[in-house]
Amino acid sequence: MKIFKGIAASPGIAFGKVHLVDSEEIAIPKISIKESSIPKEITRFQEALTKTRAEILAIRDKISREIGQEHGDIFNAHLMVIEDRALIEEVMEKIKKEKLTSEYVFSHVLKRYVQSFLKIDDEYLRERVSDINDVGRRILRNLVGANKTSLGDLPEKMIIVAYDLSPSDTAVMHRKNVIGFATDIGGRTSHTAIMAKSLEIPAVVGLQMITGQVKEGDVMIVDGLEGVAIVNPTPGELQKYKQLQTRHHEFSRGLKKFKDLPCVTLDGRRIELAANIELPEETASVLSHGADGIGLYRTEFLYMNRQGLPDEEEQYQAYKKVVMEMTPKPVIARTFDLGGDKFLSHLEMPHEMNPFLGWRAIRFCLASPEIFKVQLRAILRASAHGKLRIMYPMISGVGELCQANKLLEEARNELRARKIHFDEKMEVGAMIEIPSAALTCDILATEVDFFSIGTNDLIQYALAVDRINEKIAYLYEPSQPAILRLLKTIIETGHSKKIWVGICGEMAGDPLLTPVLVGLGLDEISTSPVMIPEIKKIIRQMDYEEAKEIAQYVLTLRTGAEIMTYLKQKYLSILKEASPKNKP
Amino acid sequence: MLLKKKIEIKSLQGLHARPASLFVKIANQFESDITVCKDSESVNGKSIMGLLTLAANRGSTLEIQISGEDALQAMKALEEFLTAEELR
Repeated sequence: MKIFKGIAASPGIAFGKVHLVDSEEIAIPKISIKESSIPKEITRFQEALTKTRAEILAIRDKISREIGQEHGDIFNAHLMVIEDRALIEEVMEKIKKEKLTSEYVFSHVLKRYVQSFLKIDDEYLRERVSDINDVGRRILRNLVGANKTSLGDLPEKMIIVAYDLSPSDTAVMHRKNVIGFATDIGGRTSHTAIMAKSLEIPAVVGLQMITGQVKEGDVMIVDGLEGVAIVNPTPGELQKYKQLQTRHHEFSRGLKKFKDLPCVTLDGRRIELAANIELPEETASVLSHGADGIGLYRTEFLYMNRQGLPDEEEQYQAYKKVVMEMTPKPVIARTFDLGGDKFLSHLEMPHEMNPFLGWRAIRFCLASPEIFKVQLRAILRASAHGKLRIMYPMISGVGELCQANKLLEEARNELRARKIHFDEKMEVGAMIEIPSAALTCDILATEVDFFSIGTNDLIQYALAVDRINEKIAYLYEPSQPAILRLLKTIIETGHSKKIWVGICGEMAGDPLLTPVLVGLGLDEISTSPVMIPEIKKIIRQMDYEEAKEIAQYVLTLRTGAEIMTYLKQKYLSILKEASPKNKP
Repeated sequence: MLLKKKIEIKSLQGLHARPASLFVKIANQFESDITVCKDSESVNGKSIMGLLTLAANRGSTLEIQISGEDALQAMKALEEFLTAEELR
């Protein structure tokens, strides 16, 4: 039995056999290419090498920093493999001569090297084969890219262990057979964590080296409550966790009692408690958890892992399905947020040094108005079937907002010309997730009907913290006074301009922060479906007036940690007062 | 210009990963083609993979063949490296 400590990313307990995403052999079919595609194929190979090189450099620097220079040096050997002239030249020659795909040629050349290493009568060098295979697998993964379908067909219910899961991994995942996640990297707001929460799959992330410590088929317990992963547990340990799992299920069921009750404070302030979703199939879970609507529908997931762009009709059908299932409850469709950690599988997005500061979301959409308008028309058409709202991501200033609204008006006109109905009064909102937008939201407010604060990126941008880098994860603090001040500014400004303000980041799902969010005056809170019962329970047990005092008080504190300590004490007292024993 | 030279590996650990990678680094600083032969095998001296497959242990003799404009300088640098007291 081995125990690993990570970050609790999605609540619940799961146990089962391990499916190791990293260990997997990548199947490479022999595919011929046309003479004319040879230059493209060679470029593709070179790009994969460049990308792999960057990955290895990052790992090397991290290991050198954390464990020591000598250990980092091992990766210099990896680097030399991908810089190896003989190897690279041989692959390029063969692509030209044999007219086969680069992954096929590369895997064969590599295999030959591995075989000659295995023949060497020297234990040390024979062991280097694992280094070569490691590098080779990295290169192949970068070559094959999003086309892999490994998670699509698991034979039984399994726990996925991976270095990290990308949105393209989880999008193809076979839901029924994935019961838990354990990953090497990531934090509470990494994609794996968000996805796991929305699917109600227990997850532990940031386990550092877990992929190197387990084998396919090992038994593992994932404790998403405590952030622990246990490999090959003793029977006693397994028994203990089975009981914990039962208790957790009972706890969750208890919360579901709140499902049909309104989300309102003791003194009568109504908060719209909504859910975040990625895929149309999630509406069932949204409704079963008792959400008042969908506060963030991440539409870009419709665009991932597919060959062509979905046309207007297909998008319309997807949005319509969500709207109709939710009706009369409102749905906020956020237009595509692509780039950053989400890439289109078929559009060639250029490699960027700082993707989160790069060509993504509204920036990409405004630069590709023809792609964008297809989505705008589809959303407008779906608005005829219920209460749909639209929201633009990554707005940094009013200019972008005006441009987007202009395209929306063009889309409306195109539909009018086609005599297609839509909701003429559909509300339009801006996601406030860039500090410049937060600071100019009095200007932005004149162009929209609502704001939704996207805290994941707002925190990342305001605190200059890469939310995927676990080395600096401690700096990623939603309770940091700067963040709370930004929220206060956005909410107060929005209200003074007579528009409503919501929040849709992961921060909204932290029960400890709920009193502050309510007290700051938010009109809407949107979070993972699974968090809704608990948040609703808390809101129903507190006074708005008291929440306002709490919010005011924490704004006078000096650090995020002080604020959290205070909120923990307050939380306990709120729950105690509200428990049946103390209330007649 | 084509230069050839036989050099015996004297360091205890032979031309292992670390020294081999240093060798390749030096070799790559030169324009000339560099070939390293051991027994009947010959590999590209600018390739770590090739060099490692030679498995040059202590006591083995390598023949270095260099052809190109800067062959002289290349040979000097590589010979100096290989005959140093201790290959790092």
